[in-house]
Amino acid sequence: MRFRFVALLVGAFVFLFPFYYMLIGSLQGEPDPSVSGAFPSPGNLTLHNYSEIDKAISLGRSLINSGIFTGGVILGTLVFGVLAGYALARLRFRGRGLVFNLMLLIQVVPFQLLTIPLYVLIVRSYGLADSYGGMILPFLINSTAVFVFRQYFLQLPEELFDAARIDGASELGILWRVAVPLVRPALLTGVLLTFIGPWNEFLWPFLITKQQNLQPLAVSLSNYLTTVSARAANPFGAVLAGACVLAAPAVTLFLIFQRRFISTNLSSGVKG
Amino acid sequence: MSRLASSRTHRRRGGVLGRILGEHPAGTAFVTPYVVFLAAVFAYPLGFAVYMSFHDYFFAAPGAIVERPFVGFDNYVTVLSDPAVRRAFGNVLIFLVINVPLTVVLALGLATALNGAIRWRTFFRVSYYVPYVTASVAVVGVWLFLFNSNGLVNSILGPLAPDPSWLVNSHLAMPTVAIYVTWKQLGFFILLYLAALQNVSKDLYEAASMDGAGHWKSFLNVTVPGVRPATTLVVLVATVTGANLFTEPYLLTGGGGPDGASASPVLIMYQRGIEQGNPDIGSAIGVLLVIGVLLLALIERRFVGRED
Repeated sequence: MRFRFVALLVGAFVFLFPFYYMLIGSLQGEPDPSVSGAFPSPGNLTLHNYSEIDKAISLGRSLINSGIFTGGVILGTLVFGVLAGYALARLRFRGRGLVFNLMLLIQVVPFQLLTIPLYVLIVRSYGLADSYGGMILPFLINSTAVFVFRQYFLQLPEELFDAARIDGASELGILWRVAVPLVRPALLTGVLLTFIGPWNEFLWPFLITKQQNLQPLAVSLSNYLTTVSARAANPFGAVLAGACVLAAPAVTLFLIFQRRFISTNLSSGVKG
Repeated sequence: MSRLASSRTHRRRGGVLGRILGEHPAGTAFVTPYVVFLAAVFAYPLGFAVYMSFHDYFFAAPGAIVERPFVGFDNYVTVLSDPAVRRAFGNVLIFLVINVPLTVVLALGLATALNGAIRWRTFFRVSYYVPYVTASVAVVGVWLFLFNSNGLVNSILGPLAPDPSWLVNSHLAMPTVAIYVTWKQLGFFILLYLAALQNVSKDLYEAASMDGAGHWKSFLNVTVPGVRPATTLVVLVATVTGANLFTEPYLLTGGGGPDGASASPVLIMYQRGIEQGNPDIGSAIGVLLVIGVLLLALIERRFVGRED
């Protein structure tokens, strides 16, 4: 029992230490890679790195871009994903089984493999390079969220829907006024699990945004990491400051809603 | 339009329209955006990639009419005779050999330790999951700082520090990337196992302890077979994630360095297909990667998914 606790504690240290070190490193005026550098010394703490990275990649603009990218995906998932999830759970129509199987199949197609054709189509054929539309399009509807919505809609009692139909409500009206208010927790789960995808995504926005004022933070920070940082006075400090800004929203959301991340989407994923 | 159609079928379920579209035609309207999305973003590009890989496909000005002749397996021959591509596929095998077993063992071990009443359970669960929800670009920054030649890890190791250091050492670069990804993804797999452990019957543990089995014995004889479906899933997901490797070699080892020792197929695909403007070659690499992953998945299913 004691061994078990110690093992878990060691594990937690290994997982959390890099985050602690990220924060400390972002606040150090002089980079200190020695062991004592892992403990903050008040004389060496400064916010200078944050203004340094802000000057280099304009944090505000990058955050807005990340926000628009993520917001667009969340909106698309909420509107079209809820419609699809509801139809797959509660409506009997031709082709339902086919759509459901397609949704499951999508989960195992690695997105990276579609990168080249999507790049050719979206950038070359549709001319959507350097645009939010091109950034959002491949992620517009999160299939995992559709799956979660479906699971929640399935749990509602059928009598509810029969009663509404007898009252002459349209399917859209039933969805909006009866079903959606009952599955609010599912909507939150869907938003949370959709959020971390585009917010953390690197490869796709990196490919299609060459203009710096359209790049999400993950892209502008990595460009700083690979090109500019070699010339900066305290490159690690500035990179780590940017890393903290990029990590903070996702980690904060996760800490606030951790129960929701854990109990619902994963268990439904395993059983499904 | 859909509203009208749906109310009509309610009045006469099983009518002509009902037989063609099903009981709730509104359902068809509701899933249409999603189906269009799947077709446009998954199905069509998948077919387009296969098409490009068999043609001499190149970038041309929009609207220009150019001939892109069918070239059979030429692109595949080019790809397979490219030493950089062969090396990248070899690298991904090294990655998987380290990453997959390590993921299964650590995730199942930590999930088993976490299962049941234990102090600070929520704290542990949360701390294991934090790397998973954080952007790789952000975490890569701190790993670079930690595993730098004169970084914290080497200053703790002192004379034991490898030379050249982790990420610039051609033997250690890929293993370090593999360990980084294991660390980053582990929380997700721990939670998968935690969910699976809830489904292992308590009676089996009781029966095992009646037979005099200790903790280790009952772990091997009850837990491991009990979570086998989850293990199959973990192995498959870890393999697909590994085949997708791009951000880590691009940023952590400065574009697959040293000298291609940590290049991944997706990285080479990006360099050949987009940087050097040969989408046909890039697509051929992608198709080969999909075939490779499918073959690996079949083999893994045979070995991990077998029933005793």
